[in-house]
Amino acid sequence: MQYKGFLFCARSKEIKYSCSCQWCIYNQIKQSACTFAAMSAVMITRKVTRKWEKLPGKNTFCCDGRVMMARQKGVFYLTLFLIIGTCSLFFAFECPYLAVHLSPAIPVFAVLLFVFVMAMLLRTSFSDPGVLPRALPEEANFIEMEIEAANGNVLAGQRPPPRIKNVQINNQIVKLKYCYTCKIFRPPRASHCSICDNCVDRFDHHCPWVGNCVGKRNYRYFYLFTLSLSLLTIYIFAFDIVHVVLRSVDSGFHVVSLTPHCTVLEVLVCFFTLWSVVGLTGFHTYLISLNQTTNEDIKGSWSGKNRVQNPYSHKNIIENCCEVLCGPTYPSVLDRRGVMLEDSTSPNPSDASTHKSSNPVSQTTVRQHFL
Amino acid sequence: MSYCHDPLNFKCQITNSYPHFHNLQELHHSASLATKVFIQRDYSDSTICKFQTKFPAELDSRIERSLFEETVKTLNCYYGEAEKIGGQSYLEGCLACATAYIIFLCMETRYEKILKKISMYIQEQNEKIYAPRGLLLTDPIERGMRVVSFANTWDVFLSVGTTLKELCTIYKL
Repeated sequence: MQYKGFLFCARSKEIKYSCSCQWCIYNQIKQSACTFAAMSAVMITRKVTRKWEKLPGKNTFCCDGRVMMARQKGVFYLTLFLIIGTCSLFFAFECPYLAVHLSPAIPVFAVLLFVFVMAMLLRTSFSDPGVLPRALPEEANFIEMEIEAANGNVLAGQRPPPRIKNVQINNQIVKLKYCYTCKIFRPPRASHCSICDNCVDRFDHHCPWVGNCVGKRNYRYFYLFTLSLSLLTIYIFAFDIVHVVLRSVDSGFHVVSLTPHCTVLEVLVCFFTLWSVVGLTGFHTYLISLNQTTNEDIKGSWSGKNRVQNPYSHKNIIENCCEVLCGPTYPSVLDRRGVMLEDSTSPNPSDASTHKSSNPVSQTTVRQHFL
Repeated sequence: MSYCHDPLNFKCQITNSYPHFHNLQELHHSASLATKVFIQRDYSDSTICKFQTKFPAELDSRIERSLFEETVKTLNCYYGEAEKIGGQSYLEGCLACATAYIIFLCMETRYEKILKKISMYIQEQNEKIYAPRGLLLTDPIERGMRVVSFANTWDVFLSVGTTLKELCTIYKL
């Protein structure tokens, strides 16, 4: 507590000019943090560097760090084009006829389904899949020291042993591998995506159609996207057939000449999409019921040989589905929108960010966990 | 110069008050952590967020074992509560799914609420227990939920001071 240049130290209950006891040092840190917060708030209105601009890895960011995607987005644009294109044709040409001759609920339901599909697609593509941030230098050194202590003396010329940690999960030994890029021991079920150059928690696969990795945070949105897209494809396909049949019944069985080109196009797109998307949905339903990831399935981690079983499965299909689809929404640990120092004077810019991120009492950073 | 700081008793032998330093050099010479200490994750209960309660040797002279264990156990309880799969998480999941997850743009999720409680708890622990012993605890979310780290108060103070100074120079304040 300060008053007219004097300081009251709550610990020693004395009034003095200055005090360097731990309590007063802590209070000064807090005060500095508050000043920093106030200054950061002012500076957010000016052009500041946000942390996403300096994040390692091969991701692209949009909307000032709110949107996070992989670098190659071409196939994602194709997905968008196919969905929006086919649905526009359906709404423009089929729906007026069907609404009048059958029921107005048909286009309404189609619109709802379309909105759901787009919401799930955008949520999967734009959110953080569960990227694990790389270890800061201090943490990396600490881990190196632990590894060296564990390995003991390695003779010169001999290769050091592989960096593996064994942990026991539900009476099963699981090996945690060391990631040389991120300088961490990967948590169980995490894997390094070579396309995005990040370690992702509960890594499933990298999906080019969605333009992002599929991991812990966005797996349920990906599954709901494939499920709803299957339903939408079946719906449009079915009503296209109904539309053609109704028209031919109305105008006397001249099916070929009366079928408009757009209906043919829709039927073709839906037919080819159906096989792949429905198949994919079925495959992921199978994985969810066993609580496995695509990555584990491909590698055959829990295939049953050597009596190795999946330690994460609850041995109950309903429980596995509930955990994956109705589990808690995990926060993003990548602070994309935090303010970083725009440091042109310091010779080593990474030091500035280390100083900022090592401040444990900072309440300044606007953390957006759930995008 | 003589050191008045007795690292084992945490009290100054001359003035019989809590640790303080008569000059800067004494501060640097006193017992302090050479590097930060990191408490790793405990994966024995599958992939839920849990930290190891094993007391690290580097903190032996700085803090009592029971206080450390209590802090880590409370943090583990908070994270366990956040990641619990039960009635509330099902309700939240189903409601969010029905609204195509748009509701998350306006509503705070349960996990986010508990994360706020956790950072309040860490701040309280720092003020009451760790700062008087010259240590600072960091929130695991700042480290990707991988580690809980302990640092020297003085190191953090120096780094914060440098940060402010740099800010002032850059923005000419």
